[in-house]
Amino acid sequence: MASIYDTIEQTACELYIRALQEIPQDIRSALARGQKAEIEQQNETASQMMLTILNNIEVADRDHTLVCQDTGLPIFHVTVGSDAPVSIPELQEALSRGCARATRERPLRSNTVHPLTRKHTGTNTGVGIPVVHFDFVAGSSEIELQLAPKGSGSENMSFLKMLNPSDGIRGIHRFVLQCVFESGARPCPPVIVGIGLGGTSDVASGLAKRASSFRKIGTKNPDPDVALLEEELLREINQTGIGPQGLGGATTALAVHIDWAHTHISQNPVAVNMQCWRGERAEAVITATGEVRFPQDEVPEITNPQDELVGATA
Amino acid sequence: MSEYHLRAPFDEATMRQLQLEDRVYLDGTLFGIRDATQHRIFDEGVAPPADLTGAVCIHTAPGVRKRPDGTFEKISIGTTTSPRMDRFVPGLLNQYGVRAIVGKGGLLQPSVEAMQSFGAVYLAIVGGAAALETLQIEEIEQVWWEDLMPECLWKFRVKDFGPLIVAIDSHGNSLYKKIQEQAAANIKALGYG
Repeated sequence: MASIYDTIEQTACELYIRALQEIPQDIRSALARGQKAEIEQQNETASQMMLTILNNIEVADRDHTLVCQDTGLPIFHVTVGSDAPVSIPELQEALSRGCARATRERPLRSNTVHPLTRKHTGTNTGVGIPVVHFDFVAGSSEIELQLAPKGSGSENMSFLKMLNPSDGIRGIHRFVLQCVFESGARPCPPVIVGIGLGGTSDVASGLAKRASSFRKIGTKNPDPDVALLEEELLREINQTGIGPQGLGGATTALAVHIDWAHTHISQNPVAVNMQCWRGERAEAVITATGEVRFPQDEVPEITNPQDELVGATA
Repeated sequence: MSEYHLRAPFDEATMRQLQLEDRVYLDGTLFGIRDATQHRIFDEGVAPPADLTGAVCIHTAPGVRKRPDGTFEKISIGTTTSPRMDRFVPGLLNQYGVRAIVGKGGLLQPSVEAMQSFGAVYLAIVGGAAALETLQIEEIEQVWWEDLMPECLWKFRVKDFGPLIVAIDSHGNSLYKKIQEQAAANIKALGYG
């Protein structure tokens, strides 16, 4: 019988490939809405960009090929139940083995290099890679794995500013719009804009990444003030006119997600992290007996019939 | 807006007729280059081992599998962000005769000016649309500088490769610049300029 660590390794390997091949339904629906908006605006170039994006997703579905060639750096969020029969260091090693295996067997392009010598490890793993974040929940025996193989075009568009408290909410609007402006065409818009508010500098950056790359489109921050800011910023970002691929249009962002933490009286940290239109992520749940479920397979997530079945030919 | 089906190598006149937002599909040869490839050409001074006169180059680093006979099978070929490699563009044009660059994210003003004076264009592809690109690349015909893998110099054979949008023309116009100027004005109008 396979050990729990074999199962974790196998699941990590599968998640890496799934995240690169299968675009989540919430992203597909948002892209379809974007295409509709560009057609309504009669913007031919923007409509063509959105159509190509949707065609590309269908080709990846049909041919089981990667959506984008950038296989990214693997980032895991792992939620471990307090009753899960697992050792954390061994779990972490199994995740790393799974990424290396996917890279070797699929094969995936390896991107991991030493920051000074630029020498490749060849495995998409290395010092500090995969990135693994842990959460722990009481009263569960399950392990939940979420993986986002974050691509570089969007990751290079990451920003942090320690604003003054007196800059207030207005300062946050101004800074986020500046980040979107500076990013322009580079992060492959339409993007998901992740914003981390508060905490310390490192916490804000982590929250921004979690917001851009792990939250589903359609989810709102439970805090109504924060949810309102998400809404306002999405509207403003799409009023910039940067558009799909930065060639102009009404769809610069698919969503704005803000996560927050309390901060110091004299701080106002704001971090921004972009996610490209592909919004690559995949998740799995491993039970104490070693059964594996992939929630994306189970839930028919088309909530709006007008969204049509984009890429549903798969 | 016009639509063109073109086959490299290109001459100056062909490039000069292209206008912003024209659509282009490519057939024939397409060269793949990336950061390390151009670092070798321009910073280490090693001339490219292929003739790039009139050529189209794409900013890429493919995912491939090496076959037992030494040739390469395509796994996933897509496009990377061009502005990172902006400083190499004038050299590609003036020293080696490249006539078109396919990329995503655009190029900066020195490249726009180099394209204007030499007669070259920048063709925007949809970044991240590698499934389609891989389908439209028929074959990896040749690879030089395998020690730079995956940032080698690649020679692809393509068919109906596109749609590509003329985003920088050879007359000093940049769609990116135009859109960014509008975006700056729009942000100002929102009260955050």
